[in-house]
Amino acid sequence: MTGLWTLFYKEILRFWKVSLQTILSPVVTTLLYLLIFSHVLAAHVQVYPGVGYAAFLIPGLVMMAMLQNAFSNSASSLIQSKMGGSIVFILLPPLAYWEFFSAYVAASVVRGMAVGLGVWLSGYWFAPHAIAHPGWMLAFALAGCAALGALGIISALWADSYDQLAAVQNFVIMPLTFLSGVFYSIHSLPPFWQGVSHLNPFFYMIDGFRYGFFGVSDISPWTSLSIVSGAFLALSLATLWLLKSGYKLRS
Amino acid sequence: MHKRFGSLHALRGVDLAVEQGEFFALLGPNGAGKTTLINILAGLSRATSGSSAVMGHDVVAAYRETRRALGVVPQELVYDAFFTVREMLRFQSGYFGLKRNDEWIDELLHNLGLEDRANSYTRNLSGGMKRRVLVAQALVHRPPVIVLDEPTAGVDVELRQSLWSFIKRLNRDGHTIMLTTHYLEEAETLCSRVAMLKQGEIVALDTTRNLLGAHAATEVRLKLVPSQLPEGLRAMLVGEEDGCFRLALRHYGELEAVLAGLRVAGVEVRDMEVTKPDLEDVFLQIMEAA
Ligand SMILES: Nc1ncnc2c1ncn2[C@@H]1O[C@H](COP(=O)(O)OP(=O)(O)OP(=O)(O)O)[C@@H](O)[C@H]1O
Ligand SMILES: [Mg+2]
Repeated sequence: MTGLWTLFYKEILRFWKVSLQTILSPVVTTLLYLLIFSHVLAAHVQVYPGVGYAAFLIPGLVMMAMLQNAFSNSASSLIQSKMGGSIVFILLPPLAYWEFFSAYVAASVVRGMAVGLGVWLSGYWFAPHAIAHPGWMLAFALAGCAALGALGIISALWADSYDQLAAVQNFVIMPLTFLSGVFYSIHSLPPFWQGVSHLNPFFYMIDGFRYGFFGVSDISPWTSLSIVSGAFLALSLATLWLLKSGYKLRS
Repeated sequence: MHKRFGSLHALRGVDLAVEQGEFFALLGPNGAGKTTLINILAGLSRATSGSSAVMGHDVVAAYRETRRALGVVPQELVYDAFFTVREMLRFQSGYFGLKRNDEWIDELLHNLGLEDRANSYTRNLSGGMKRRVLVAQALVHRPPVIVLDEPTAGVDVELRQSLWSFIKRLNRDGHTIMLTTHYLEEAETLCSRVAMLKQGEIVALDTTRNLLGAHAATEVRLKLVPSQLPEGLRAMLVGEEDGCFRLALRHYGELEAVLAGLRVAGVEVRDMEVTKPDLEDVFLQIMEAA
């Protein structure tokens, strides 16, 4: 277990040493969304009865920030060591592929949670709100971050350049998080787009997470949690299989 | 063992055994396949066919045992920009399951002249310093088998000597050493056995002594007055340039006979130089012939 623990600790230290960029900067960016959107749209949107728009936005923004940062943590760490060659330092020791997986995913979860906590605390100060079900909130936060951490590993394994990884981030992760109901309830969409939204796994992460806050959601939290956990499980199996096969790491 | 990269056949049936406790050199021109072979042993790459084992463990099936047994200094000058030298060495120890290793880390830093760089970020070190860190990283877990892929490229004279005396000490303590280098005099003085690789094939595999003996003779260069070689010595002549005769000697004893022959013929020696063959000559000969 020392190997796994060390790799996890190294991954934490890696983002912690540049926390201005890895934690503070996403927190500030997300707060800007909150300030701008809540100000511009507050008068026009009332999604759930009794929930102000600013408060409605907070769980979505927190989750969005968590997902993006969990992804970016494992992905950027791995692509940097792959491109720079320092990946040999973890390929030469007797680390098992599941230790590799667990350390990277766990570090992604920690980074996601740290950013999420930062966004939430400052959002709370901006628009105080009660938390209906902290347990659900935590469950969705953990499952969402872990799934994106695994997806980050897969993407960085696949990418042969920084450019290709940036393409995944900008053309897959960003649109899926933005279009998952962060800024609106999908019930406000036309039926066709509602249907499309149901195909987006990120929708269930945000909807379930929001249930933890307000106790209301578009979909039953049990359904959402099963889908999110299923996604995490599938991504984990895929990642483990890629790592075991040595895909693009041990040619 | 065979290794193909697409259409490129990088290793063509390499069959090699290095004994425990040996100081072994893997030599060959650029692109011969040395690093490819090392990468397969280290599990960084997979053989297309064939297998390899370290300390009796198969490198694919028992990868945890073989990686624990191996310490590899990679050829590429890689480093992790986020961390200091000491942090890197602690992490590396942890990956090998060692929780507290500072005593040995300090000894490594001392032996590699890195003591005052322990808290520097690796990205700020000079090339030679980065190379030393790579050597230290390879040794954190005191591996019984140490593989050094051009460890002295870009390293200054002083460290080269202290590095080799440190590696020799490890070898005396029972560690098996395998190294690649393009400085053949290093291989000649350090290694008891040598394999030479050319385009993925082993073209020579023998003790350093045998290779030196079989492929190149000791020579004596003579400048004579008058510049004429007595008839009796013609059989030993291997070359003639700039008015110098080059005679091959099977052993030093023959030098006596040469001088006697010259004295009898009344030829005076103006200049004389005895050259011992070195591994570089042998290497060039073998590469040319193969
Ligand atoms: N990942 C790879 N993909 C394609 N070809 C490769 C790869 N790695 C090595 N090769 C090729 O395999 C051959 C052997 O390369 P290798 O690096 O083993 O040589 P080497 O003996 O270590 O040379 P050098 O002395 O320059 O380090 C070369 O022709 C090289 O181009
Ligand atoms: Mg090489």
